[in-house]
Amino acid sequence: MAVVTMDPSVDPAPATTRNRRRKDEWGSPTTYFIALLVIGVTLGPVAYIVLGGFRDNSQITDHPAGLPHPWVFSNYASVLQSSEFWNDFTNSVIVAVFTTAGIVVLGLMASYVLARYTFRGRGLMFGLFASGLMFPISVAVTPLYLLIKQLGMLFTLPGVILPQIAFGLPTTIIILVPFLKAIPDEIEEASAMDGCSRLGFFLRMVVPLAKPGLLTTGILAFVAAWNSYLLPLFILGAGDTATLPLGVKNFTGEHSVDTAQILAFTSLAMLPALLVFTLFERRIVGGLQGAVKG
Amino acid sequence: MSESQVALTQESLDGARGAGAGTHVPAPVSRKARRPRASWRERLEITLLAGPAIVVFVAFVIVPVVMAVYYGFYRWTGDGPPTDWVGLQNYKLIFQDPVFFSAVKHSFAIVGLSLVIQGPLAVGLALLLNRKIRGRSIIRVLVFAPWVVSEVVAGMGWNEMLQADGALNHMLTGLHIFGTVSIDWIGDSHVAIWTLMMVLTWKYLGFAIILMMAGLQNIPEELFEAARVDGASYWQAQRYVTVPLLGPTIRIWAFLSIIGSLQLFDLVWVIWGSTSSQVAGTSTMAMYMRDNGLGSGTWGYGSAVAVVLFGISLVVAVAYQRFVLRRDLSGAITEGA
Repeated sequence: MAVVTMDPSVDPAPATTRNRRRKDEWGSPTTYFIALLVIGVTLGPVAYIVLGGFRDNSQITDHPAGLPHPWVFSNYASVLQSSEFWNDFTNSVIVAVFTTAGIVVLGLMASYVLARYTFRGRGLMFGLFASGLMFPISVAVTPLYLLIKQLGMLFTLPGVILPQIAFGLPTTIIILVPFLKAIPDEIEEASAMDGCSRLGFFLRMVVPLAKPGLLTTGILAFVAAWNSYLLPLFILGAGDTATLPLGVKNFTGEHSVDTAQILAFTSLAMLPALLVFTLFERRIVGGLQGAVKG
Repeated sequence: MSESQVALTQESLDGARGAGAGTHVPAPVSRKARRPRASWRERLEITLLAGPAIVVFVAFVIVPVVMAVYYGFYRWTGDGPPTDWVGLQNYKLIFQDPVFFSAVKHSFAIVGLSLVIQGPLAVGLALLLNRKIRGRSIIRVLVFAPWVVSEVVAGMGWNEMLQADGALNHMLTGLHIFGTVSIDWIGDSHVAIWTLMMVLTWKYLGFAIILMMAGLQNIPEELFEAARVDGASYWQAQRYVTVPLLGPTIRIWAFLSIIGSLQLFDLVWVIWGSTSSQVAGTSTMAMYMRDNGLGSGTWGYGSAVAVVLFGISLVVAVAYQRFVLRRDLSGAITEGA
């Protein structure tokens, strides 16, 4: 959109011509320069963590901003051999997978009702879920802790999964409802004529058609669940059921002098989320943009 | 009309969509008429489909909120049912606690500074990256990456880099512009809030840029071209045509940013911890809540703190909806509300 191609002859102001030429000739390098600067700042801390894991502590102390020299692989190796890492990793996978599945399945079912059924109380139901957007999980964490404690689910993974599903539903529903509304009525009418019930239509038509939306909300839910910290901090603490973000903090407490190990643990903890993000980048970005565009 | 109901995001999203406002007219009544006898069946389907979501949502969102209000009237250490009714005493104590007020002050400072710093940067960079340059999609991915990194991981990395003899000071020294740099990024109370803003900007600017770029793609290029034909310079056209049209996107981003800033916890907790953050001036409302619940075992008081935070978030969200998002809503009449 920035490169506006215009016939110079209709250009009334000479100032504009100068402006455009400037943009073509060195405006572009400036753009690149700023873009590179932004990328450098963006990736710097991530690179610091990943590369720091390949150094030893004396390298880090002597040259905090240096590169690995020589490369040290023992930090990553020992983290990958520790049972603590894999224990936390498994917990994180369980929490992220079940949270994602719950949000997607329950969210899709509720969104379908909101999008395609007409009934009294529908506005109320939508308002109920939309109100959840104003109560982020971190504000509700104290009462949630007390509830989970009464349910006897402290230090258990479901004690984290269930609240995360509940708090993930509003966003999912907000994204999915317009998506499902956009499915033309004709498709539903045609399948009804072919003898398909409303539920059959849901399973055979809506689920496949909503796949892109489901993928987007699912990935967002996964990344959020993988990274969540405050609720697990309250519910799981430092026990055996700790997830990776908790593990990073606990590990730091145990190995406070071993910066290189900490950085190796930390970078391995962020790897899965970055991997999912890289694989599905288009989906995530597209989904967020879709949430704005509709 | 549309402001009568909560349904904030649905409406505001429709508002951002602008021209698409008319597309979400209520489903034709014909659907009901088509199946006149299926009403019991429909009710069953609605219950089966929406039931689980409603149950989970009510159990883990609504119930805790209600319980917090109840517990907030007691002095209670969390063992057994609360019995020591103290009325509004907890709330009185909260509003007399200078630690609470400084946390609120910091939280709102973070809200304001995030808007002022990230907003213009995001719009500017989105305009820049929206140009047809090579590698635009790669740049987009890379800029967005910090958003995916967990707050704890980011906090750990920054904590190491920000140490007095850490990477950042060494790098700045290495530039040979400022001489030997040894800024106490974390501990110095004059610097700490700006350090936090630097980390927050790093973490969340990519998200803002992505939203703005999406908004830019909705603006018809013809308007921009018309301004150019009328003699506006490139930046004039951006300033007076593109940016105003980006209004709805900016206002939604601002809403998300405000809510996010108000609940800030992880990054401050990992980089500063609760005591240092109070000294350095970066403690937040959510940290105050943790310190006075999980941290102290005074769950009655902690619940009252949670209620106060609820109240603050709610007031801010509703006020923002009424006074800022209203103009976006007036064009979008959705059936959802």
